[in-house]
Amino acid sequence: MKHLLSAGDLSRDEAVRILDTAEELLGVAQRPIKKLPTLRGRTVVNLFFEDSTRTRISFEAAAKRLSADVINFSAKGSSASKGEGLKDTALTLQAMGADAVVVRHGASGAPHRLAHEAWTKGAVVNAGDGTHEHPTQALLDAFTMRRHLVGGGAGPRAADGAGAGTGTDLAGKRVTIVGDVLHSRVARSNALLLHTLGAHVTLVAPPTLLPVGVDSWPVSTSYSLDEAIEGTDALMMLRVQGERMNAAYFPSAREYSRRYGLDVARMNRLPDHAIVMHPGPMNRGMEISADVADSGRSVIVEQVTNGVAVRMAVLYLLLGGAPAPATELQNEGHA
Amino acid sequence: MTDYLILGARLLGGQPTDLVLRDGVIAAFSADLAHAREGVPLETIDASGLVALPGLVDLHTHLREPGREDAETVLTGTQSAARGGFTCVHAMANTSPVADTAGVVEQVWRLGREGGFCDVQPVGAVTVGLKGERLAELGAMADSAAGVRVFSDDGICVSDAVLMRRALEYVKAFDGVVAQHAQEPRLTEGAQMNEGALSGELGLVGWPAVAEEAIIARDVLLAEHVGSRLHVCHLSTRGSVEIVRWAKSRGIDVTAEVTPHHLLLTDDLVRSYDPIYKVNPPLRTADDVAAVREGLADGTIDIVATDHAPHPMEDKECEWSAAAFGMIGLETALSIVQQTMVDTGALTWEQVAEVMSARPARIGRVPDHGRPLAIGEPANVVLYDPEATRTVTPGDTASLSRNTPYAGHELPGRVVATFLRGVPTVLSGELTEGVHA
Repeated sequence: MKHLLSAGDLSRDEAVRILDTAEELLGVAQRPIKKLPTLRGRTVVNLFFEDSTRTRISFEAAAKRLSADVINFSAKGSSASKGEGLKDTALTLQAMGADAVVVRHGASGAPHRLAHEAWTKGAVVNAGDGTHEHPTQALLDAFTMRRHLVGGGAGPRAADGAGAGTGTDLAGKRVTIVGDVLHSRVARSNALLLHTLGAHVTLVAPPTLLPVGVDSWPVSTSYSLDEAIEGTDALMMLRVQGERMNAAYFPSAREYSRRYGLDVARMNRLPDHAIVMHPGPMNRGMEISADVADSGRSVIVEQVTNGVAVRMAVLYLLLGGAPAPATELQNEGHA
Repeated sequence: MTDYLILGARLLGGQPTDLVLRDGVIAAFSADLAHAREGVPLETIDASGLVALPGLVDLHTHLREPGREDAETVLTGTQSAARGGFTCVHAMANTSPVADTAGVVEQVWRLGREGGFCDVQPVGAVTVGLKGERLAELGAMADSAAGVRVFSDDGICVSDAVLMRRALEYVKAFDGVVAQHAQEPRLTEGAQMNEGALSGELGLVGWPAVAEEAIIARDVLLAEHVGSRLHVCHLSTRGSVEIVRWAKSRGIDVTAEVTPHHLLLTDDLVRSYDPIYKVNPPLRTADDVAAVREGLADGTIDIVATDHAPHPMEDKECEWSAAAFGMIGLETALSIVQQTMVDTGALTWEQVAEVMSARPARIGRVPDHGRPLAIGEPANVVLYDPEATRTVTPGDTASLSRNTPYAGHELPGRVVATFLRGVPTVLSGELTEGVHA
């Protein structure tokens, strides 16, 4: 694995290895000193052409906990906003010796351009590109699901169950993803990764917000949340921008919310062990009600915590090389 | 002026024949008549194994001058055309300033003549500034020295139905034709690639086939209603082929073109996110490619036109959505047609002469091009070696731009010589000094 550009590039074993590594690294966050020396002397650049404070902070925390040097490059107020292109920015970072570039860009495929054009010698991690993919989000979602749904059936209220599900995938689990699939990079990455991990995915949206050709994806689709919610193990609500109604994707925010929003009544129809997820930031009252977001079934805050561990695992595996993670991490932990 | 004796060229792919080019015309089909005239040099060319075709005519070329001389000039574009075997190109109107007045079209026409590599027939804009609001002075452009007969807002669709109807009607006064870039604008806002399973997977905004087909369907009905001549630019989908086939069966006066890249390339190439494959209309599916090949073979599609669209590297070396649409194609067009249509048995060389020379000249109302290879006809001739192969290198072009999608492709065929009114613009595969009176 030289880069992480698409969740679809990961084999089942590679994905499980990332989740297992994240499981070990999650423990670091619970220590008084939340830092490992693994990536000391390596440089990770967070190259953000698009605002995303939460994703950038998550990657920054992950890199710093592995002792990497972190450079944050935000297009706002940098040369990119003065018209410097992707290529020149990449060459500049290359000249400064970046070992890994974490890139967020508004254009689908921008990380592929960085990685494939001999512009960047280091590893490229896709931190969200346009309406294409967001693979680390899918990994942290899968990680969160595995801890709750596989690790001894811990369920939503045993969030801190350690070592849950190590070595296993999500075979047979039923995941329902609801909302603006058309414009969602989270949905694309999740559909690909969850399929690889053996889960059964159902996408739920009004027909206008499902992409043309979705029937060729390895998923089921439904236009009705009420029908799809039965038997769901993990229910993931996607952010929906209210402005979409201006382009006639749906008539009004209220109608969207009535048909596709998750309120307590709908949540209560989920099986007892089911969890409610959201990649954030939430539109409370639009796709998810405040009661649901703050309920015991919601693992939304935990997703954020897990995000740091998963991103540590990705950086570790991309930059740390081949040695078995378990042994090395334990040694470093004692150091 | 030198006389040329061409030995053993296969006329339209037929039997080896000797040609004599003299005083700008095809003078004879026998070497016996090639006696040296006093004071006139005679040059002999061994053309054994080469196919002789009438000089190619492109109905759809972007020469970028005036305005974007960093991407192409009339001189470099016509040099590229000559290397591709063309003796006449139609220069699209989307320059800066737009070719929407007699002054601009005459300037472009004259630059072509002065360059001496390929005749340039300017296309006039349908609407002022390509804005789709009011008609440009079509009559003034028709009456100018450039003698414009083809009108197009290419790059932008004349989407307003009333404006399109009026344009179709108005150009009847001077036997003009409206060449429509069929793209329903609302259905293609922000569009980046063919809409299908792949656009959904790649997260790129889709350019649906229906946006092309809906406009073609409307336009053929308008053309029927007002009894006008319509030309459809760069048709790219199976549905478009079916609509044009239906229109022709009803006797509607419509012609259509396909580009070489739509005969060969498919949307799978977009997976690389390399904008070298970004073009408008977008690369379509393998089924669409099969359909446009069938349409060209059965005459539903009348001609091949290059849509040669030069862009500087910086407009392609960037992220997909920021990149410019278009690819160059003058120097690869004949090879792509050989590969996709001749080598597959779908077209004969005689038919290639129809779709790349005779018919485009007829649609564009260019009387001196696209003529048969016959005695007394203008000596616009290309000698082509179909047995040669070459690997495309982007830098090996007369164009100022390098945005070819065929880099590294091994293509069949090579243009050995191009004659414009009896004077070589290309000889032994190399540009000459051109035609200078």
